[in-house]
Amino acid sequence: MSSPQTLFEKIWQRHLIHTTEAGDHLLYVDRLLVHEGPFYAFDGMRRDKRAFRRPKQIFAFPDHYIPTVVAERQRGLAGIKDPEMRVMVEQLARNTAEVGIPHFGMDDPRQGIMHVAAPELGVIHPGMTVGGTDSHTATHGAFGAFSSGIGASQAKHIMATTTLWWQAKPKTMRVEIEGALAPGVTAKDVALTVMARLGVSGGAGHVIEYAGSTVRAMSMEGRMTLCNMTIEAGARSGMVSPDETTIAYLQGRPYAPKGGNFERAAKIWRAFATDAGAGFDKEVTIDATAIVPSITWGTRPEEALPVTGTVPDPAQAKDAAQRTRIETALRYMGLTPGTALTSVKVDRVFIGSCTNGRIEDLRAAAAVAKGRKAVIPAIVVPGSRSVKAQAEAEGLHEVFASAGFEWRDSGCSFCVASNGDHVPPGERCASTSNRNFENRQGANARTHLMSPAMAAAAAVTGRITDVRELGA
Amino acid sequence: MEPIKTISGVAIPLVRDDVDTDRLIPIRFLRKPLSAGYGNFLLADDRFDENGREKADFVFNHPQYRGGTILVSGKNFGCGSAREGAVYAVRDYGIRAVVASGFSDIFRMNCCWNGVLPVTLPESAIRELWDQLNAEPGAKITVDLEQQTVTAPKGNRYTFEIDKSVKERLMAGLDDVGVTQQFQDRIDAFEKAYVTGMPWIAQPEA
Repeated sequence: MSSPQTLFEKIWQRHLIHTTEAGDHLLYVDRLLVHEGPFYAFDGMRRDKRAFRRPKQIFAFPDHYIPTVVAERQRGLAGIKDPEMRVMVEQLARNTAEVGIPHFGMDDPRQGIMHVAAPELGVIHPGMTVGGTDSHTATHGAFGAFSSGIGASQAKHIMATTTLWWQAKPKTMRVEIEGALAPGVTAKDVALTVMARLGVSGGAGHVIEYAGSTVRAMSMEGRMTLCNMTIEAGARSGMVSPDETTIAYLQGRPYAPKGGNFERAAKIWRAFATDAGAGFDKEVTIDATAIVPSITWGTRPEEALPVTGTVPDPAQAKDAAQRTRIETALRYMGLTPGTALTSVKVDRVFIGSCTNGRIEDLRAAAAVAKGRKAVIPAIVVPGSRSVKAQAEAEGLHEVFASAGFEWRDSGCSFCVASNGDHVPPGERCASTSNRNFENRQGANARTHLMSPAMAAAAAVTGRITDVRELGA
Repeated sequence: MEPIKTISGVAIPLVRDDVDTDRLIPIRFLRKPLSAGYGNFLLADDRFDENGREKADFVFNHPQYRGGTILVSGKNFGCGSAREGAVYAVRDYGIRAVVASGFSDIFRMNCCWNGVLPVTLPESAIRELWDQLNAEPGAKITVDLEQQTVTAPKGNRYTFEIDKSVKERLMAGLDDVGVTQQFQDRIDAFEKAYVTGMPWIAQPEA
């Protein structure tokens, strides 16, 4: 009997091709996900006259530069007003077509943010190694994959060799989350609580496996939300051991194994789960029953608090460095120490992104919006066209429309503000996205990260609101 | 990629933690071709006002720091988005080494493939460097990759750790794909065995 192993260790060993004398590890990469961003990688392949080794293992989704306003989207490429943005979308289609990479274009019903659409298509399986040209590639660890964000150079490397070098083998951390979530508390609140606990670089050099009864009880959508934000703690990958929830999700997906192969695959997948008694380099335990709906107040994802709290006071900082950080954040955010978070007025609401643009997220937001009216601009951007279709089949778009929320087509939209969607200067946005950095959602935009239900609650009250007060 | 052995030059103190890649290069520039000169976009919202004029009080715009080749910053440098454009901007501006008390893993990796040397020093050393650089703007420091040392303007010297493989790669200026293709036979053999019985890995079909 071999000694107990973690999910990560099993995947690492299964994919390790070679270790050099210098300690460089060469790993096989099962999947590469790309959006419009890394055009440099395609240019480099052409310039160096390199062949794509396994183009069928690469999946491409335009998501950053496409319009989400329905009327613009319906016009296809012509609907992209900015010529540079149009080039970004066009060249991804052309670059992928040239070498036979599956591409799910802006008009394709399967299109979506790559971290929403690739899982829906069944592209990512337990035990896989995945590289993606986006830091939120950590999302796919929800399937029990080792999935990391990479830059264009490493993407080019995978295009040419189907491998990636790791200079140091990452350390492992287990974040064990135990107990049932209270009503109104979601995976996003768990993620914000984990970020607040670990800090923005607390996960550096590690892969994090989320475990415990709370995670086991989560749907795949919830697990993806949790893994998605792992990068905000500086860890390259978040993971969840595969179980029956994972396998049930994959069954029948377009790119999942079919027929007898599915059962064969499922058997292999189950064996990747972390063994009882396996050791981790670091262990963190979180009591899920104590988690309440949370929001960020500052400009770093770790600056999150229960919505019942107050704006931190720099005078209470533990040292000078922390005092400066709090002061800087409050100045940017336009907040006064000691103010109740629920008294902070909001100008605008964004519901969507690779963190919270999935069907469960839209259901949660719609449940709050139903029968109420938005008092500030509120925009709902489904994470994929399939999420959009599902939401429309359930009538959620009508719920949003009656409540005065704008219903859009899929894309990254206000999360990263690369397609022209942006929060106007100085405005405060309740956002279900993943980053509250200065200027991220637009010049001088003030971002408060929160769950979809909380964002919907802010939309109908015009201020940061504890969704539990609305009885939803 | 230009090999790196020793970098000696004006060091720019960027006195803050968590310099994220959205800050290093705002997203609106990432749809520009490389020929646009990504150095122009480095820290654009810190360097320029909304009319494109230089903000006089930002450290990069002080005359003494022009032509700086080394950046000295705090914890968690390069956190956030995986955008490699952030490193292109750093490199194209002329910066060959970033000395910081910590890096995001993705940014550090992106540096290594683009001829930018990431050097991690303890916070105390970074504070000493900042103090010396602020006291004497335009002072030079030296980063010696071979010896793994950073020499401050006043001559005090700090050693740093770096993965042996990264060091070799940066010192040789190696093209990464070229290196890997030396292992082509191993990759082919590995793959053949690995995908056996798992056709869904290499032949995904919808």
